[in-house]
Amino acid sequence: MNRKHVIGVDVGGTFTDVFVLDESTGKVEISKVPSTRGDQSVGFMAGIRAKVPDLASVATVVHGTTVGTNALLERKGAKTGVITTRGFRDVLEMRRRDRPTTWGLWGTFEPVVPRDLRLEVAERTLADGTIHTAVDLDQVRAAAKTLIEKGCEAVALIFVNAFANDANERAAAEALRAVWPNPHVSISTELLPEIREFERASTTALNAYLQPPVGSYLQRLENRLKEGGSDAQILIVQSNGGVMSVESARRRPVRTALSGPAAGVIACQAVAVAAGFPNVITCDMGGTSFDVSLISNGEAALAAQTSIDFGMVVRTPMIEIVTIGAGGGSIAGLDRGGLLQIGPESAGSDPGPVCYGKGNTRPTVTDANVVMGRIDAERPIGGGKNKLDVAAAKAAIETHVGMPLGLDVMAAAEAIIRVANARMAGAIRLVSIERGFDPRDFAIMPFGGGGSLHVSALMREVGLGRALVPRFPGVTSALGCVIADMRHDFVRTVNRVLDQIDMAALAQQAKDAAAEGGKLLDAAGVGFASRSVRLSLDMHYLGQTHTLSVPLEASEFTAKGVMAAFERAYEAAFGRTLKGVAAKVLNLRVAAIGHRPKFDLRTMAPTSTTMPTPRHRDVWMEGAWHKTAIYPRMELPVGAKIAGPAILEQPDTTILVEPGFAAQVDAFGNLIIERG
Amino acid sequence: MSLDPITLAVLKGRLEQIADEMDATLFRSAFNPIIAEAHDASHGLYHATTGETLIQGKSGLPVFVGAMSFAVKAVIDKAGADGDLADGDVYIFNDPYDGGTHLSDFKLVRPYMRDGKVFCWLASVGHWHDVGGNVPGNYNPVATECFQEGMLIPPVKLYAAGKLRGDIVSILRSNSRLPTSLYGDMNGQVGALDLGIKRMDALLAEYGAASVEAALGELRARAAKMMRANIADLPDGRYSAEDWLDNDGIVDEPLKIALDITIAGDKMTLDFSRTAKACAGPVNIAYSTAVAACYVALKHVFQDVPANAGVLDPIEFKIPEDSLLSVKAPKPVGGYTETILRLIDVVFQAIAQAAPERANGCAYGTINALSLAGWRKNGQRWVMFSFFGGGHGGHPQGDGLNHGNAPISTATIPPVEILEAAYPVMFTQWALRPDSGGAGKHRGGLGAVYEIELLEENADVFLFGERGKFAPPGVAGGQAAARNRFVYAENGVEREPPQISKMVGLKLKRGERLRLETPGGGGYGNPAERTKEAIERDRTLGYVTK
Repeated sequence: MNRKHVIGVDVGGTFTDVFVLDESTGKVEISKVPSTRGDQSVGFMAGIRAKVPDLASVATVVHGTTVGTNALLERKGAKTGVITTRGFRDVLEMRRRDRPTTWGLWGTFEPVVPRDLRLEVAERTLADGTIHTAVDLDQVRAAAKTLIEKGCEAVALIFVNAFANDANERAAAEALRAVWPNPHVSISTELLPEIREFERASTTALNAYLQPPVGSYLQRLENRLKEGGSDAQILIVQSNGGVMSVESARRRPVRTALSGPAAGVIACQAVAVAAGFPNVITCDMGGTSFDVSLISNGEAALAAQTSIDFGMVVRTPMIEIVTIGAGGGSIAGLDRGGLLQIGPESAGSDPGPVCYGKGNTRPTVTDANVVMGRIDAERPIGGGKNKLDVAAAKAAIETHVGMPLGLDVMAAAEAIIRVANARMAGAIRLVSIERGFDPRDFAIMPFGGGGSLHVSALMREVGLGRALVPRFPGVTSALGCVIADMRHDFVRTVNRVLDQIDMAALAQQAKDAAAEGGKLLDAAGVGFASRSVRLSLDMHYLGQTHTLSVPLEASEFTAKGVMAAFERAYEAAFGRTLKGVAAKVLNLRVAAIGHRPKFDLRTMAPTSTTMPTPRHRDVWMEGAWHKTAIYPRMELPVGAKIAGPAILEQPDTTILVEPGFAAQVDAFGNLIIERG
Repeated sequence: MSLDPITLAVLKGRLEQIADEMDATLFRSAFNPIIAEAHDASHGLYHATTGETLIQGKSGLPVFVGAMSFAVKAVIDKAGADGDLADGDVYIFNDPYDGGTHLSDFKLVRPYMRDGKVFCWLASVGHWHDVGGNVPGNYNPVATECFQEGMLIPPVKLYAAGKLRGDIVSILRSNSRLPTSLYGDMNGQVGALDLGIKRMDALLAEYGAASVEAALGELRARAAKMMRANIADLPDGRYSAEDWLDNDGIVDEPLKIALDITIAGDKMTLDFSRTAKACAGPVNIAYSTAVAACYVALKHVFQDVPANAGVLDPIEFKIPEDSLLSVKAPKPVGGYTETILRLIDVVFQAIAQAAPERANGCAYGTINALSLAGWRKNGQRWVMFSFFGGGHGGHPQGDGLNHGNAPISTATIPPVEILEAAYPVMFTQWALRPDSGGAGKHRGGLGAVYEIELLEENADVFLFGERGKFAPPGVAGGQAAARNRFVYAENGVEREPPQISKMVGLKLKRGERLRLETPGGGGYGNPAERTKEAIERDRTLGYVTK
């Protein structure tokens, strides 16, 4: 059989989603199987086999994984050692002198590498790159020996100022690799040759900490596929939304920290652009959180770093995702001043909302949705669950919100939804209005199970132009895996005032990095439709500390060209430029991208041609029960138009079209909701 | 007009977001790292006639939350006296006696007008890098008058009806060692105020002025109610605590900070009558600063109360006029951070008696403002000015945090590599300080050791610290942490400053080093109750060596 299947697999906390594309026919199939805790590769294989019995037909498997994320959050990485510059072994533990919360002083922090496994060696490089003290390689070897004896599986090497000159670090890396018994060696300048030792140390140590668990997981995947008769290539989604080879993932597992969510945003980007909406705000409403990302002109915004948890900084380009504690399981209650508050405390999915009947008695956002008839208590999404307990949800809302506020139970439920919507709207304003984007130019795009109930309200609240609900919101991340391009990011620290920069040398550095990226693309053995290189500079006015990302064309590598590009970006961000103040370049960033062949998203469109007959049920909206048409979403034909109030149900989500809004199915099977 | 509870909850979120966004705008555009990295700034909305805090951003420096209302009131009085307030005016000033804190903090205050009347005030405060005076960076440990600490600007219009007054900018720039930094920060603050006005316009257009006004009034009442509920949870009684400042930098004598808290039902009295009188050196503070510090301490204990004047309704302050906590011009106040950290410590110690389950050991209690300054070979001036970290106290849930930031701030420290790239220094040590956490059932967190070697020919060194003689105390049976220590080499001999924690005009030569060893946090609970495993772990990791 020919190798015709490209498969996207996204392993989440509850479900493993699989998206199968048959490249020979363009046919698409999806499956959803329970995730297997402990060894995710079991659920991974089950999900693939559900749709593709003969693994020999699989050409490529693209994987969004949470193995790395979970190992970080649960602190289940490998026993890891650190070798560093004399005087600096505590950098990892001292962080940037912060604390977990602004108010309250009860914080604690445990670094992933404890103090007795952080060893120092004599060596020192100065900030300008001068070698002050050459590295003592005997000490490096002795430190390695000690760490091996103490049972370390992985090791991180981090020298101060190595970003300015990596000679000491390179020499030490060679000596270290010569004695270290496995490939789990992370070198700071190989991962992140960028100024700021704590961020570099944290990223490097977390990478080493992840190398053994992610490496062995990837090995299991490869073995299972081989045993099943497949020689498919495996690609792993990175936090930046691009994919990398298994070999790259083994060496740089820290780049998978946001693998799953990034794939979701990438899928939204492709679906939205194809549908003719290059500006969208994606939102993923889960049990405890609401994640928002912005896509402008068809490009997802990238952040330079994130904290996985307090003090666990990962600095590598990643899809920017703003998270607030407002999900379906967020608990509603009154604070001590009597003000209604939603979250951040959450009932999660276990025990979950009151209506799940698993012991929680405090009302959640989902309970309010159930009481208002917006979620069908008889047929909850996700399939397997029993009926939802509406009476219990009502009682909880009455006790904890209605009576204290003097509202009847329906008004109280509506109040919970309104305040929850307001919080979500705040997160959307944060990524749009606060970054200088006009929400009227954007569509809101929900994915995952929860967001689709709230899109009409969010459009109204923030003034968004429209909503775009993809055809398969529940498997968006798996779809993203199939769509994602291959991408490799590089950073070089410049740290000079603009007029002191040798522009020709800088342009050469950009070229070299692009060439290095090209080699990685070659080595992956993937067929690309095309390739591209993105250049940008991190810049600021001399004296500032925060930087601005300034996109640049290769032809603009002149002092004048760079200054003009900087002023454009500064004006856009702050509405002013500062004449007569010198500009400084902190870093050069280069991304080498291999564009994978696109498949026609139209193949996902519905094939039905007749309008299904709706059922009806009473749904509470704007202070009254409305007799509301309930449609099976998957059966709606292309072009179908439905005026609110209406509810559209599908196995993985429920979509609410409020009065005053109308929904239409586009040529791809997406649902476009606009003011009616 | 009365508001439904839902609109109120929604408006609360919208108003807070405006203040937060003003904070974020300034942090991103500020020039000096004290604002950009250390977030030593704040923004908010203030009452039209009283200047009381209505809403304040959540990411700015905590201590400004209580202080800014005094600053806005000063502008209200000035505008009232002059009678020429116009839309588009922006007042600027740094008078610490009329608006709290110290000369480094420049306040920009702007009316938000609606139908020709002030609807509310918007204000921005930020710590500028250098505002003149005897010491670069303005922490002058031996000032006896504010004139030795920096320029003092009373409330004047920076913008008159929307028009920039260039003469004011020239005066400000001429009085700073770092005029470009000053200019950049000032522009950042103006930008933050512009943004606030824009966002308020949109909010009022959407909800109507009457609704927003009603919400602001209601939020104040709710804040007061919340604070009353918290106070009522504490057992009635009188709780006293005493702590000490090392000295005032001029006279080497300890200064007592004493607090008697009385809880009666849902009311609290904070009585500082037994505190030392105003002193010669710069550890005095203005009344407004003292109130602000108490607010910070209480918000660490009662984290749910909002940044709103209503919180102070159930609290009575007793601070005598001749106290070092209530001085007027020209008494020096440059070291206010040290004094308010001590105020916070006595509040923690007194609360620990009333409710040990809500308390924690004292944090390291000094910001250690260290300034190294000199000239490079090319004649360029350089000033490295930084605050340093220490340990947090042990608490009911565990050991204290190692190397945290001061309770009055959310400041992060710049990375070594950024400091070394910017200034001619080399850090030879940047490490945790063993044995610095106070013993306890839950040990205090560790302080740090920072050792710095000079790479240029010469530098002048100034240090403004505290806790050199009186260590951060533990609570609920926990023991005190290690004291602050500053060591420098003089002709090859290690020395400590005569006033222990303060140093003026030390001359450092190329290759010479100085070392700062900061305090840990106080312990929590009886050390005899510490588990064997915890003691063993402390030894394995080298947190405790003795």
